[in-house]
Order: sequence, then C-alpha cells, then structure tokens
Amino acid sequence: MNAKSRRIALTVNGEAVAREVPVRLNLVDFLRHDLGFTGSHVGCEQGACGACTVLLDDQTVRGCLVLAVQADGCAVQTIEGTSNNDNGLMADLQEMFLSLNALQCGFCTPGMLLSAQELLRANPRPSREEIRDYLSGNFCRCTGYQAIVDAVAAVARARHEEPRP
Amino acid sequence: MKAPDFDYRRPADLPAALTLLARHGAEASIIAGGQSLLPLLNFRLAAPQLLIDIGRLGELKQLTEGDGHIEIGGLLRHCDLAASPLIAQALPLLHQAIGHIAHPAVRHRGTIGGSLAMADPAGELAACCLALDGQFSLLSARGQRWVAAGDFFQGIYETALAPDEILTAVRLPRGGPGRISIFDEVARRRGDFAMAGLALVAEAYSGTLHGVRLALLGVADRTILAPSTMALLEAGPLDQARIEQAVELIAGEADPPEDPAYPPAYRRHLVGVLLRRTLRRILAEAPG
Ligand SMILES: Cc1cc2nc3c(=O)[nH]c(=O)nc-3n(C[C@H](O)[C@H](O)[C@H](O)COP(=O)(O)OP(=O)(O)OC[C@H]3O[C@@H](n4cnc5c(N)ncnc54)[C@H](O)[C@@H]3O)c2cc1C
Ligand code: FES
Ligand code: FES
Repeated sequence: MNAKSRRIALTVNGEAVAREVPVRLNLVDFLRHDLGFTGSHVGCEQGACGACTVLLDDQTVRGCLVLAVQADGCAVQTIEGTSNNDNGLMADLQEMFLSLNALQCGFCTPGMLLSAQELLRANPRPSREEIRDYLSGNFCRCTGYQAIVDAVAAVARARHEEPRP
Repeated sequence: MKAPDFDYRRPADLPAALTLLARHGAEASIIAGGQSLLPLLNFRLAAPQLLIDIGRLGELKQLTEGDGHIEIGGLLRHCDLAASPLIAQALPLLHQAIGHIAHPAVRHRGTIGGSLAMADPAGELAACCLALDGQFSLLSARGQRWVAAGDFFQGIYETALAPDEILTAVRLPRGGPGRISIFDEVARRRGDFAMAGLALVAEAYSGTLHGVRLALLGVADRTILAPSTMALLEAGPLDQARIEQAVELIAGEADPPEDPAYPPAYRRHLVGVLLRRTLRRILAEAPG
C-alpha cells in the first residue's frame, strides 16, 4: 500500500516526541504501537466505548477518533503519564478503584480513571447522578458500574473531608 | 477496523482551505472534529482521497452578538457552546440540547458545523437551528451564500452544501425575555442518538401560545417542523383538551423510517409523549 505519511512533533506524557506517521494512523494506535504506551486500549474504534480515552491538551478525547497527525503540536497524556502531577487525585482514584473492586479485567479502567479525574477536577463534589452522567461514555463489561460510581464518590468524599496541602 | 489510505492537508487559513476545496472538492472531505467522519473512515464507509483539516482555522471559532442575533462560528465545539454564558442566556434552547449530545470526550472535539453538515436525522443542533429559524453561511471560492435551516437539510445525511463549500457560521435570532425554550428527547442510553426528540420555542400571553416553532428530531429522514401542530397550538388557549389534540396531531406529522429496532409507531408514540410532557410543563409554569 502506498501509505501517505507526515512528520509530527508533539509532547507525550511531558516528553517531546517527533515521528513520521502514516496519515491514516489514529492517535491511540500511535501511542500504543509506536511509543509503547499500552495503557490506553482499543475496543470499538467508533467512539462508543471510551477504552481509548486519552488527554489531548488537557481534555479527554477518544484516541480512536483523532488522527495522530491531528495531534501535531499538541500535548498528549495517557494513563501512564497522569499519576504524578494532579495533587494526588489520580493516585487516590486508583487506590479506591482497587479497594472497592471497581475493576475486574481492567480493560475499561484507564479510560474510566481519566474521565473520573476530569470530572473531579471540574466538580469536586458530584452527585451519583452526575458521576453516572460523566462516565456514560465509558463502557464496562465486568463491574456493572455500581462499584465504579462508589469509588469515584468515595474519593470525592474523602478528599473533601481531608483537604490536602 | 482501520481507516483506508488517504492524503491529508492542514491549510493555514480560510482562503487556503477554500482554494484546496475548489481544486479537490469532489474527491476530498473536510475534517473538523472528526467525531462523525472518523467512525465512517474506520469502518470504511467513506473513502475520500484527501482530508482537508479545517480544525485549526481560528476564523471559524468566533462567537459574536449581532443586531438581534447570535453568530456561532462553524468550528465551535459542543463543549465551547455548553460553557458559554452568552449561549445559556440568549439561546437557552441550544444550551439545553447540548447536554444530550454524546459524551464529554466527544463534545471536546465535535463541532456545530460538523453536526449540521453531517445532517443526522436525530441531530440535536439541527433541530434547534430549525426551531430557531437559523441561517447558515456557506462559503466557497465562488462566494458566500446564506441558507435557511429549513432549506439546508434535504434528507438523511443530505444537505444543501456543495462539495467546495464550508459551513462557516450559524446565525440564530435571539428571542425576547419571555420566550419559552424547551428541548427534550428520549434515547436508550445517555449520549445515544435520540429515538425521538423535540425543540420548541414560543411566547405565551393570555394563556395562548404565539410564534410557536416546533422542530422534531429522529422521526423522519431529516429534522422537520410540525406545522399543523404549531397552528393548532396558536389557535386558542392552552388547556388539557388542546394538549391531547396536539398529541394526536403530531403523531401524524412525524414520518419515521422503517426500523426493526424502533418501529415507526413507537417513534410516533414517543414524540407524542414528549409533546404532552412539554405542554403540561408550559401550562404548569404559565404566569397567573
Ligand atoms: C459515540 C458518539 C455519540 C454521538 N452522539 C451524538 C448525539 O447524540 N447527537 C449528535 O448530534 N451527534 C452525536 N455524535 C456526533 C457528534 O456530535 C459529531 O461531533 C458531529 O456529528 C460531527 O461534528 P465533527 O466536527 O466531529 O465533524 P466531522 O466528523 O469532522 O465531519 C462530519 C461531516 O461533516 C463535514 N464537515 C465538517 N465540518 C464542516 C463544515 N464546517 N463545513 C462543511 N462540511 C463540514 C465533513 O466533511 C464530514 O462529512 C456522536 C458521536 C459519537 C462518536
Ligand atoms: S476504541 Fe475508541 S471509543 Fe471504543
Ligand atoms: S473491568 Fe472489565 S471492562 Fe471494566
């Protein structure tokens, strides 16, 4: 195949990256196969499941519905890169997901965590309804969602009760 | 599946985009947010030779207040409109509708121009623009024209856009302070395309509705107005009897396609339920 390609330069998890990529390559495949960030998963490739969620310029997007060339010049974060610089929010979410069994196979978990993090940054005390609404674009085939909503609500409560420095 | 091979250009400004479209329009495809186009490419339901990425054209990201109207740049994203105090205050119908579109991660990329150009029969923004009697600016190297929402949508995924045109802006008249604006829909799950929905604007005085514009989504091959129901609602005071007449009438104005999952009779029923809910709410909230 005569694949057309372009050179792109972007930052991924804080590090500058420059690569030649086929223009038809989507961002999540670029992150997984070219850069080895396999934390973002690939499910439906049509925007429905949210397994491929990554942050593009600090906002959640579907990694399967962005071309790598469209991320040229942007800042991308995957689950691998988000844990350290958010005042402990992601670490709290990860811990709570673990202790409340909010993950089983883990396929949806990186996307769930990134969406939950975005919600709690904008709305530190969401209702259960607001949590469900915000996570409605992330499918989980294992947990039945209850434990995931519990975990996000528990983190919101805990962080509200013990404010961090 | 993965997208087929295609070429990709990202013009630096609007004139460059128009030149590219003039040259390649027929075999090219504009990409804005990509939230409808990339699923089509991934499933190989579209095979353009060239993608022209307009996503970074700042000229199309303006939100301005004109004389009696609001002008929304074609590249403003669902999340931009959701966060705009001007939209919330001047176009509450749009503000309500955006909450029903997809999910946060899709709203961070999807644009109003892309939604309207896509012309999904269940698109929320299309129905709002029709209810608000909006005008769309279509620009090409040949010039600019304004097309009314009612003429723009021509069938399932079909619009008045020529292959070399960009939908650059949407102009929506702002209403008076007393205008009623209600958007409602029924979807299987949050963020799914609606099975049926409605967008209504009207004014109420002395117990009667005036200037009613009622657009339906998900119940025909495109978003449609319901003119008989609009006329009935303006013909006399709003009361329970008129509400039930309107519910009966609107089922006949809907024209849902054959669909084994949601048969036409079901969608007709749903649009009636939504209308009853909407009108009862207006009745309950009416002053005096
Ligand atoms: C999981 C999921 C759920 C969704 N649910 C909904 C929903 O409930 N309701 C809803 O309305 N939408 C929904 N969408 C679609 C979403 O709103 C898209 O953002 C929108 O339909 C297209 O906007 P875009 O900017 O992404 O367009 P693109 O995908 O970039 O383009 C779509 C089409 O429009 C053309 N185009 C784009 N911009 C222009 C322009 N300015 N001028 C001329 N042509 C143009 C393109 O060539 C292409 O043919 C959903 C999408 C996904 C993935
Ligand atoms: S793989 Fe991207 S949304 Fe499912
Ligand atoms: S834990 Fe398996 S899909 Fe969510």
